Amino acid sequence: MVIFDRVSKQYEDGHEAVKEFSLEVKDGEFLVMIGPSGCGKTTTLKMVNRLIEPTSGTIYIGQKDITKEDPVKLRREIGYVIQDIGLFPNMAIEQNIDIVPRLLGWSKEKRKQRVDELLSLVEMDPEVYAKRYPSELSGGQQQRIGVLRALAVEPPLILMDEPFGALDPITRDNLQEEFKVLQKKLNKTIIFVTHDMDEALKLADRIVLMKDGEIVQVGSPDELVNSPADEFVSTFIGSSRMENYKRSETR
Amino acid sequence: MERVFLLTVEHLQLSLMGVLIALLVAIPLGIFIYRYKGFAGVVLSLTDVIQTIPSLAMLALLMLVFGLGNTTVIAALVLYSLLPIVRNTYTGLNNVSPSLIEAGRGMGMTRFQRLRYVELPLALPVIMAGIRVATVTAIGIATIGVLIGGGGLGVLIWRGIQNTDTQMILMGSIPAALLAILADFLLGKIEKRLIPKGMN
Repeated sequence: MVIFDRVSKQYEDGHEAVKEFSLEVKDGEFLVMIGPSGCGKTTTLKMVNRLIEPTSGTIYIGQKDITKEDPVKLRREIGYVIQDIGLFPNMAIEQNIDIVPRLLGWSKEKRKQRVDELLSLVEMDPEVYAKRYPSELSGGQQQRIGVLRALAVEPPLILMDEPFGALDPITRDNLQEEFKVLQKKLNKTIIFVTHDMDEALKLADRIVLMKDGEIVQVGSPDELVNSPADEFVSTFIGSSRMENYKRSETR
Repeated sequence: MERVFLLTVEHLQLSLMGVLIALLVAIPLGIFIYRYKGFAGVVLSLTDVIQTIPSLAMLALLMLVFGLGNTTVIAALVLYSLLPIVRNTYTGLNNVSPSLIEAGRGMGMTRFQRLRYVELPLALPVIMAGIRVATVTAIGIATIGVLIGGGGLGVLIWRGIQNTDTQMILMGSIPAALLAILADFLLGKIEKRLIPKGMN
């Protein structure tokens, strides 16, 4: 699905955010990138929809080298969810959800149908919510809409940049559960950035742990917990979390 | 009485004409310096300087170019209206949250689409505030247009001063003041209608 081939990003000030990053993300995989702040995870994510251009290396989506694509067209084919939610306060919920369909010129009926479908997916009654404005919704509801907006044109790939980071713990928990179920049902490929290890262990098929722009370890949650590559990995996961995880596995 | 009414209408026409022409220049200019920030300093200082020229001096200077009459008054009003509208357009656009702009980019909006659907609507309250300031200022400055042969309510005020005719001064100044208040009120109403519901 997505292949990173020795991708590097050096900023103008000389700082090397990502170094020779190579990875293959499989179809339908839930990939979580995690690491301390400044490790390059967000930069890596944003290179996939060309919000940031790599200095060297190539990213392929499907068979296509993304630098050969028109960035505007490319972005419309990739779902994108950000931490600050980024709903447009001047647009009603339905308009927020159907932005990309509108950009792509879908008919009014088709858009309306899609909005209803999506709202029902997260059990928000379209009759109640479609015409409301973001400011009238709770944080959790807003981010549900943020996720729906990314799903609107059924992109096979969705990028998520700490989407649940700004929510309170209970709302975050609910949304994680909900989203995990949704992802399995819709069979999307997800690249998900977080700094929250609990979140990573809970959601990921595979975790990429990064530090200083490089991959430290790639593996399933089980692999990371049971055979951490080095001291940094085990410290980053934390001993108590490892204990908890192992205990819940054996149960 | 009919004279007062006609002069009031003329006063309003002069003021609105000045603000409208200024809008056509100032909003695109505000957008331009938002996009090309390198020009922002120059454009804003220039409009700032224009603003500080005393109005009588401005009218006299413009009179040298446009001669006596309403054209000169309108030209002065255009120049005075530039600053609040350019500055507020620029500030309003700059205040749009970067995360919203990134969300727009990330979803595949072109620059124009971002401006049209995100940046301008969100900057609108600030832009409208600039237009209100410009309009009220224009109504005020238009009263001295009479000194270079312009029309409007200044005619009554000026004649009243010359003849120490209190009644005539009031017949000019009260409608002028009411006009300013009314214009501000109506623009406030328009603002409410223009600004999307979710943003209050």
